Amino acid sequence: MATYGANDLRVGVKIIINGDPYTVVESDFVKPGKGQAFTRARVRNLKSGRTIEQTFKSTETVTGADVEDRDMEYLYTDGSVWTFMDSGSFEQLEADATAMADAVKWLKGNEKCIVTLWNGVPLQVTTPNFAELKITQTDPGVRGDTATGGTKPATLETGAVVKVPLYMEEGEILKIDTRTGEYVSRVKA
Amino acid sequence: MNLAVLKERAQLNHQVRVFFAERDVLEVETPALSQAGNTDPFIDSFSVNTAQGLRWLHTSPEYPMKRLLVAGSGDIYQLCKVWRKDESGRRHNPEFTMLEWYRLGFTYQQLMQEVAELLHTLIPHLQKPPRFVTYRDAFLETLHLDPHTADEAALAACTRANGINIDGDMPAQAWRDLLLTHCVETRFPTDRLTFLYHYPASQSALAKVRQENGQWVAERFEVYLGVLELGNGYQEQTDAVRNRQILQQDAQTRGDGIAVDEHFLVALEQGLPECAGVAIGIDRVLMCRMQVNDLKQVIAFSWEVA
Repeated sequence: MATYGANDLRVGVKIIINGDPYTVVESDFVKPGKGQAFTRARVRNLKSGRTIEQTFKSTETVTGADVEDRDMEYLYTDGSVWTFMDSGSFEQLEADATAMADAVKWLKGNEKCIVTLWNGVPLQVTTPNFAELKITQTDPGVRGDTATGGTKPATLETGAVVKVPLYMEEGEILKIDTRTGEYVSRVKA
Repeated sequence: MNLAVLKERAQLNHQVRVFFAERDVLEVETPALSQAGNTDPFIDSFSVNTAQGLRWLHTSPEYPMKRLLVAGSGDIYQLCKVWRKDESGRRHNPEFTMLEWYRLGFTYQQLMQEVAELLHTLIPHLQKPPRFVTYRDAFLETLHLDPHTADEAALAACTRANGINIDGDMPAQAWRDLLLTHCVETRFPTDRLTFLYHYPASQSALAKVRQENGQWVAERFEVYLGVLELGNGYQEQTDAVRNRQILQQDAQTRGDGIAVDEHFLVALEQGLPECAGVAIGIDRVLMCRMQVNDLKQVIAFSWEVA
C-alpha cells in the first residue's frame, strides 16, 4: 500500500488513521522559522463522516487507504444487503446497511450511484442528487390549497417518509432532493 | 501574474532602500551558491552539482554577511532570494525574498525598535504600537504552562488538553514548537506587531544567551503580525569558539554530510564586532501590506508554475 510523507497530504488524499480510512479535506504546512515543521490537516472519517483535526510531523509517513469511488448501478436488495453492478465490467458488489445509511430511502432500482470502496468493499453509497418516487400513503389532499404552505407526512414507495404539500395525493410522483431529504416538486405522470 | 502586486513589490523594495540609505546602512550582495550549506537542524538547503563539486544555495545570507562585518564593512543590509527545501504551503514557498541586516553596537532591543519602524513604514495600515512578550509569558498567558520548566510529559499533556491530535513521541522542543504554532501564535493580534523574545537557550542558533529568572534564554526575537512570522533577529554570538561548536554540533545532529562553512568560522576568529542582526521575509510583509492570506498572491509565479 502507498505511503505518504507529511508533505504529500494534499486535499483528497486517502489515509489510514487508527485503523480507519480518512480523506484529507484541508492541509497546511506550519513551521516556526527555526523549529520543527508540521502538517496541520483536517481529515474526514469515511466511515462515520466525522471531521477531525490531525497534525503530522514533517518527517512522519502515513499509510494510504485503498479507497476508490466507482460508478455503479443499484440492482436490488434482499433486505440485508444491497446489490450494485459496475456498468463497465458487470462486476457485482454487495453493500451492507451501514454503508447504505440514508441511501436506502431513495433507491428502487437502476439508479446510477457512486459506491466508495475500501479494500474493495463498499464503504459508502452516494445516490443521485434527485430521486422521483411515488406516494404510497398519505392523508387525503386538501384540494386547491396551494397557498398556505402547510405540509403533511407522506410515505413513498421505498418506505421513506417525507413532508409534502397538503394538496399531494396518493399515487402522485414527486421529486426529492436526496442530500436534504426535502420535497422539491410534483412530477407529472 | 498580477500587475498591482508587481508594482506594490517594486514600491516596497524602494521604501526598504530609502529606509537604509537614510540610516547609512550599506546595501551588499553575497554569493547565493556556496561551498557550504546551512547546518540548522530544521532548515534544508538545495544542492547543485558544479564542475568544482557540490555547492549549496543559501537559506539566508548570514554567513557571508558576517564575513563582511569582520572585514570592516560597517552596517550592512541585503535584499535577496533564498531557498529552503520542502517548505511549501499557504505561507511558504521554497524560493523567497529575504531582507537581512546587521547593526554594529546595537542591542537586540534597539534592533527590535528599528524592525518595528521599518515594518510600520512598509505596512502603513498598522496603527497600534507593537507588543513585546517573552516566550515564557506568551506560553503562560495562553497555556498556563512554563515552557522552560515543563518536561516532555507535561508538554505532551498540554497539547492533548488543547485538542491537538498527533501520534508518537517527540523531544520537548518539538512539543514547544507544536504548542507555539497551534495555540500561541494563533492568538497573536492581527492589528499590531508582536515581538516574541527570550527563546529557550536550545533555540539560540547563533544568538547570545543570558540568564533570566534562573533560566538560560536566547537573546533572540521573532516578529509576527497575527500568526504570520515576519522575521527572526539575534544579539549575534561573537565568540568564535562557540560559533564553531554550534555549527559542528548541528552538522552532527543532521548527519547528512552537509559542509560546515569554514570560511565563515575562520573569519570569526579575527573577531566579529558586537552587533545585532535580523532577517525578514519580504513576501510575507507584502502579504500583510496587501492584506492577502496566501503567499501565491504576492509572487509572480509560485513554485508549482515556476
